[in-house]
Amino acid sequence: MSVLFIMLPAALVIVALAVVAFVLAARTGQYDDLDTPSHRMLAEDDSDATGAQ
Amino acid sequence: MISLAPLTAPRDAAAPLLKSAVDAWPEDSGTCAHCGLAVPVARSTNDSPQFCCSGCETAYTVIHACGLDRFYQLLASGEATPTPAKASRRAYAEFDDPTFRSLYSRPVPNGLESIQLILEGVHCSACVWLVEKLPRVLTGVVEARLDIRRGIVEVVYAPSEVSLSRVGRTLDSLGYPAHPARSTSARDARRSADRVMMIRMAVAGACAGNIMLLFIALYAGMFQGMDAGHALLLRWAAAILNTICLAWPGAVFARGAIAALRTRTIQLDVPIAMGLYLGGAWGVWKTIAATWTSSVSGASDIYFDSISALVFFLLIGRFLQQRQQRSAADALEMLFSLTPGVARRVSATKGDASPGDVQDVPTEALVVGDVVEVRAGDSAPADGEVVSGNSSVDLSLLTGESRPVSIGPGASVAAGCVNLESTIRIRVHATGEATRIGKLLRVVEEAAQRRAAIVRIADKWGAWLLWALLALAAITLIIWWHAGPARAIDHAVALLIATCPCGLGLATPLAMTVSIGRAARRGILVKGGDALQSLATPRAGTVVLDKTGTITQGRLSLVEWIGDADAQPLAAALEAHSSHPTARAICNGLGAESTRLSRSVCDVSQVMGAGIQGAVSDRRVMIGTERFLSDRGITLPEPIAQAAAIARARGHSTTYVGVDGRCVAVATMGDPIRPDARSAIARIRERGWRVVILSGDHPEIVTAVGESVGVEPSMCYASATPEFKREVVEELLKRGLVVMVGDGVNDAAALATATVGIAVRGGAEASLAAADISMTAEGLAPLVELFDGARRTLRTIHWTIATSLAYNVLAASLSMAGLISPLLAAIIMPASSLTVVGVCLSSWAFQTSQRGVRA
Repeated sequence: MSVLFIMLPAALVIVALAVVAFVLAARTGQYDDLDTPSHRMLAEDDSDATGAQ
Repeated sequence: MISLAPLTAPRDAAAPLLKSAVDAWPEDSGTCAHCGLAVPVARSTNDSPQFCCSGCETAYTVIHACGLDRFYQLLASGEATPTPAKASRRAYAEFDDPTFRSLYSRPVPNGLESIQLILEGVHCSACVWLVEKLPRVLTGVVEARLDIRRGIVEVVYAPSEVSLSRVGRTLDSLGYPAHPARSTSARDARRSADRVMMIRMAVAGACAGNIMLLFIALYAGMFQGMDAGHALLLRWAAAILNTICLAWPGAVFARGAIAALRTRTIQLDVPIAMGLYLGGAWGVWKTIAATWTSSVSGASDIYFDSISALVFFLLIGRFLQQRQQRSAADALEMLFSLTPGVARRVSATKGDASPGDVQDVPTEALVVGDVVEVRAGDSAPADGEVVSGNSSVDLSLLTGESRPVSIGPGASVAAGCVNLESTIRIRVHATGEATRIGKLLRVVEEAAQRRAAIVRIADKWGAWLLWALLALAAITLIIWWHAGPARAIDHAVALLIATCPCGLGLATPLAMTVSIGRAARRGILVKGGDALQSLATPRAGTVVLDKTGTITQGRLSLVEWIGDADAQPLAAALEAHSSHPTARAICNGLGAESTRLSRSVCDVSQVMGAGIQGAVSDRRVMIGTERFLSDRGITLPEPIAQAAAIARARGHSTTYVGVDGRCVAVATMGDPIRPDARSAIARIRERGWRVVILSGDHPEIVTAVGESVGVEPSMCYASATPEFKREVVEELLKRGLVVMVGDGVNDAAALATATVGIAVRGGAEASLAAADISMTAEGLAPLVELFDGARRTLRTIHWTIATSLAYNVLAASLSMAGLISPLLAAIIMPASSLTVVGVCLSSWAFQTSQRGVRA
């Protein structure tokens, strides 16, 4: 029996896992804001101190 | 780390009182260190850095004190037009109320809390950087994340270390006044609808991509020969993925088609669903048949890859469309948070509290007749009349100007205005929806709902397309019936799939997105595609222009000085101490001499609306209206009175100057018309629009302005109240489209009622939210650009529709001739989509080559 009969279903299962991960990410709001990250990227941070003076 | 004291009373009258952020006069010395606009003469000093307004000064100080000077580098390297910092001088005391906290602040792990605030004035990546540096400015704040499109910042803070009012004041001092973001159920519903749409699109993409991979193998098998077992496996995998694709993301079209058929209308969904589901079902049938008979030849006659790719592309179009409609709805959200949620009611003799006690109640609980106390730094919760207390208020929410207006007992205040000096008590006249701002919100909301019902362009073609496709499919069946039913059905199904209007579903949203994106880079923010569509075709439409600020430059300037020239330095020195528009006009018109004598001015007193007097170099100078001077014993000499009368007939206003008891001069002032106004109006007319001027100013002035820009007096409406403006717009709507251009909140109701409302940035927040399009550049030339861009966008849309129809015709001919195969279909369909994308990207609308972003 050719390997394909195992590989193809396995690949499809992996795709299904990827889709599930995406759906979870979208449902928790990680894709809500698509515009600000492109702005945020433009400034490199030299020091990243949160809550510091 | 700096500590911010609560906002104090304004400085004394001897110091310049320029608080308005829109007071940038170009004919002056120096540029503001914060926003880069010019510093007015009266505020200019010899030491640097200089500022155009106290908002910029505060922002600069805070930024500098926290070591955040990088902000200015980021600002310079970005593309945004600089604007003065808006500071609203509120104390944000209501943020500390327990009810406020329970309403808006949510707990998050680690004992922290999180709150969402809508910020005014966010417009570029430098703002994102600055706002997200809030933890560095204020201890106790752990994180700040800004959503630039909606202007909402989510602040995570430790309640024990920092109070919400300090958070509000800090953001305000940086130049971003904050309002609580009320999370309504409508907003939550929209947000989950957005997420669902994105998930659908992504799943369709995953299915389409994987099916394409499977089909590459199948196509290779067609040429080289493939083992039957493998071919079957691949076909079954594709069939399963396709069924998933049609059942989950693709179900949108099925639902749309069923809903349309139920109401007996035909939309684009019907032919799309027909093609997709018939094709899918037939393909599955053939796969089952091939399994039974175990005879299969490559990928003949199944079209799963085209079908799933179709679903993917069409969902992309829907996603883009939905995103455009979002920004319109989001802007409206801001309006709801402009009035405070908590009010301090003075209890009368009812209830268990003794009379005179002040209780905190939610604003919704106020009724007409209640007496409410408004402290300094708070906003008024309702419309009302002042019962006790003298103070001044900032009406920038309603008028866009932040010049303080004095009020005393008997004066009326509107909900949303900020009380500046001292506590006042007002008796409520109108609450909630009955307040001026409440009524405005209602108008804007109704207008938004009305607009959502406009039919998309492509939907009109739905019925036509459906019948055409059914007819063609029937013809194909008939032609090929002699070769066997299976073969005939094959060709007919192939026809339905290959002619599926993918390009149509993608064309309009894509073209709109490209145009809107380009327009945004040029300072024109369009909130919805339908606004662009309306602008493209006049069809006997009317453009209604506001006078002040749009046709004219929006400020008084000195036209003529008739009289004794020696009095000029004296007048200028005295007027440098006033913030009245007349004073500024005189100072700027007379130039640098004003600073020479400013040291020797003393004993200055102003009477609001009448004049100013003081001693300059030991001479008594008074400047003001005729009444102001005559009350102090000065009469006007004949030549000056005549000159003044001539000036008034021309539409200018007059101010008299008296020195040492004699009137020596009269200064005439006018609002200069923009140099490009006349040609811009002519160009607007050329494109087929009628032009009307609508203004609250006096009739003579409006007709004089109209004449100089080429608008007949019959098309000029003057002395217009906000209600009158709205009525005029409604009247004009009966004759065709109405495009309204304005910037104050007295324009906002008219802006919402018009077909397309255009607001200029720097105006009232309420009108920016009510308008469909907001522009950062001033004047009329950007308006002409906007019309041209809209027309070119429409032309691009027509081109893309024509292109995709051409591909459909090609595919239909091939199918009817029996020449089509899955491979061909798989090539034609993406080719048509790519061509559509190419046409959109090479569109001529809003090219950036002509001018830079900075006006």
